[in-house]
Amino acid sequence: MPAGEALATRSDAVWSEHDTTPDAIEAALRELLVQVHGEHREYVPARVLNMIAFVDREWSGEIANRLRGVGRYHASRLLVLAYEPRRERLDARVTIVSEGASAPGGLALLRETVVVELGDRHLDDLLTIADPLVVTDLPTLLWSPHGHHEIVAELLPLAQAVLVDSVEEPIAQEALTRACELSEQAYVVDLAWLRSTPWRERLATTFDPPWLRRELYMITGVTVRHHPASTAAALLLVGWLASRLHWRTGSLVSDGGALVGATQAQDNDVAVRLEIAPELQVPGLESLELVTASGMHLRLSRGRGGLRAHRRDSNGTEREWTLPGASRGEAGVLGEGIRQALLRDPTYLPALEAAREMVEPPGERRPPGAAQPATEERRATRS
Amino acid sequence: MAVAAGRPTDEPVPENPLTAGLERLPVPPTSLVIFGATGDLAKRKLLPALYNLAYEGALPAHFHLVGVARKDIGDDEYRRECEDAIRRFSRRKPDEDVLKSLLDNVRYVAGSFDDETVYSELCTVLDQFEQEAGEALNRAFYLSTAPSFFPVIVERLGSSGLARADHEQHREVRVIIEKPFGTSLEEARELNRRVLSIFEESQVYRIDHYLGKETVQNMLAFRFANGMFEPLWNRNYIESVQITAAEDIGIGSRADYYDKAGALRDLIQNHMLQLLCHIAMEPPVHFAAEEVRNEKVKVLEAIPEPTLTQVPEIAVRAQYGPGHAGGEDVPGYLEEEGVPPDSTTETYAALRLEVDNWRWAGVPFYLRTGKRLARKITEIAVTLKPVPHLAFSQAGSLGVQPNQLVLTLQPNEGVSLLLGAKIPGTRMSIRPVKMEFLYGTAFLSQSPEAYERLITDAMRGDPTLFTRNDEVEAQWRICDPIVKAWARTPGPLPQYPAGSQGPNEAEQLLREADHWRAI
Repeated sequence: MPAGEALATRSDAVWSEHDTTPDAIEAALRELLVQVHGEHREYVPARVLNMIAFVDREWSGEIANRLRGVGRYHASRLLVLAYEPRRERLDARVTIVSEGASAPGGLALLRETVVVELGDRHLDDLLTIADPLVVTDLPTLLWSPHGHHEIVAELLPLAQAVLVDSVEEPIAQEALTRACELSEQAYVVDLAWLRSTPWRERLATTFDPPWLRRELYMITGVTVRHHPASTAAALLLVGWLASRLHWRTGSLVSDGGALVGATQAQDNDVAVRLEIAPELQVPGLESLELVTASGMHLRLSRGRGGLRAHRRDSNGTEREWTLPGASRGEAGVLGEGIRQALLRDPTYLPALEAAREMVEPPGERRPPGAAQPATEERRATRS
Repeated sequence: MAVAAGRPTDEPVPENPLTAGLERLPVPPTSLVIFGATGDLAKRKLLPALYNLAYEGALPAHFHLVGVARKDIGDDEYRRECEDAIRRFSRRKPDEDVLKSLLDNVRYVAGSFDDETVYSELCTVLDQFEQEAGEALNRAFYLSTAPSFFPVIVERLGSSGLARADHEQHREVRVIIEKPFGTSLEEARELNRRVLSIFEESQVYRIDHYLGKETVQNMLAFRFANGMFEPLWNRNYIESVQITAAEDIGIGSRADYYDKAGALRDLIQNHMLQLLCHIAMEPPVHFAAEEVRNEKVKVLEAIPEPTLTQVPEIAVRAQYGPGHAGGEDVPGYLEEEGVPPDSTTETYAALRLEVDNWRWAGVPFYLRTGKRLARKITEIAVTLKPVPHLAFSQAGSLGVQPNQLVLTLQPNEGVSLLLGAKIPGTRMSIRPVKMEFLYGTAFLSQSPEAYERLITDAMRGDPTLFTRNDEVEAQWRICDPIVKAWARTPGPLPQYPAGSQGPNEAEQLLREADHWRAI
């Protein structure tokens, strides 16, 4: 199914043309908007965010399905550049949809989806195809879910934010390095980071009582269990702790199926262990355990209706409770990624840099005599 | 009570370094006690708000809810009532696991609000929560009852020791009080006196749910985050300000409440004066609770208290008579079920106020609110002074009209600006056109319900969006003479047809150059 059709929840106006030009597409967009607004005065175009998705045409249906699940967090104008290497001509389809009728006296928002099918011969001039089709003065989010790093570089001048998912790169170290490089040119929204948001929030909440805050500076051990493909998410969570608590990060090395290492807090070392949780069916994290010098042990783990917390105090007292919160699911994470393009999280980049330091290649950070570098281990595990 | 002895120390508490960058800030562990837990407000607003906070992971690490009401039921039955209310009134379909997590921490205490045993039982329940949590929990008492119970509950909380904070154990105690906060200046002062004899002002959170609305908070962003309006925001450029809160519905089944309150107490004394403050206040140095509230109080203090003889010149009241709404015949106020046939309660009130300070001297602020008007709308219209000289002929056109900036709060939140534009053609004819911005077109996020924001802020100890004691009294100082003057004037009241623009008598408030905007 073409991406444009799959994305439309309710079609209000459609235009398509074979062998077309960006000028013709842009003119059609304007005419369709005038037409729809003329017919229904309460229908007004949303003007929040442009999103450019560069996708392989054969997988565009899957991308359409993912975007359909993001709920209210749709970009107001979505430009899908569907790539098919041998395609010679430019075909396009414009769809203007609304999320249903407005309440009396209310308004209904219109969203525009533009699907442009293109081939190798168009890639050299990609910027001139995409540029006229984004709404001027709106922030633009760029997403290339099927790789194509060179295309991202080509389109970056149009975008203020880039959507990536570090867990989709086969090697965590490369994913983090790439996110660091992209961060120099645009704001990076990393879905791997967003998967850790509930964990970061609950951890901040758990340690917020004044008498517990001091324990943060006494952490001696961190263990994160994660989905087999979500090493990057686990690294980002530990990177966040390291950057917020001013730890000096050290390289992690493989130890059986885990990555282990130590970082230096102000007064003590912090043992870090990232373990694969083979039972976890969805990308992201399964549990987080912290141990402190006072003997406190805290464990957060996935549970029904929220995260399950277990704390053992230094006097041996044990308590369990639930930190309520609904699971967002993968569609929710993608929707959150789109929303985050309009915000700026100042803690991501320090966390990313700390995470990258933990998996830097041999010779740069690895201590003398250390075991096989983590990146190589994971490359082997993945293959 | 024995709670994790020895934890508190004299060392300064470090900041929580994990909160940076988080959209949802931590809320301290809290036991929330709702008095009036089986009432309408609890079911329609408070419980759904708590569920939505739980859904979003915005509740504290340890959160317990205790319902207190006269109804003689147990914990399980109250949990079922909570579940029903959440399923019925929540803005999102409940997630069963989250709902269960929330309900697992719900308890109920039955009894009369003046019964001391209720408070001793409450003590026991709250102590149990702390034992289970292994730490002191903040306590927030939400008074969602008839106003006559406010002083009783507060005094019982005081005498039972429940109002006492324990800073050593890091246990804060807060009381959240619903509106109306008194029905006159005297009552408001007396209520403040009784509340503040038990609690510190910093522990008291007086709810005006308008302040929790994103739309009202947006007014501050509009004024103080945009440089282009502030230079015009004064008597030199502004002709008048008009604040309208119109409803198209009647009083429904609220005759018992409404006939005692009336339009002035129901909306103007609290919500509409808040809107006026947001429009007229000076920019605070920081967006901090006391600074914002200080600026609002300054505005209220600059509004002269009307004398009884001035009231007819600055205030108009009326009742809706029979008419039409939504294509249907509807009864007048006096024919509504539960309304006394000789009632002199106003369903419409309009005021002309002045803010006597350097910025606003001489600028009239018109406020009007009413039920059964032509449509539902809440807006603030700021009319600028006309241009000093007009070079264009006005013949054959609607002419040049003063610019008008309209902030619409509902139904479609937005900002519009009326500008003069040339009508296409060979003549230089001008007519007003509307440049419009709608907030709904520019954001992806859904606004939280006002109560979600307010409950969270109260638990976090942020009073910015709550009304301070001097603010309430300043509001009443303005409205009290009007209430008294109207009480001395016999009925019947002027009538306006249901579904209309309101009473003709409202015209007499306007200065010569002004007119009411069409509702």
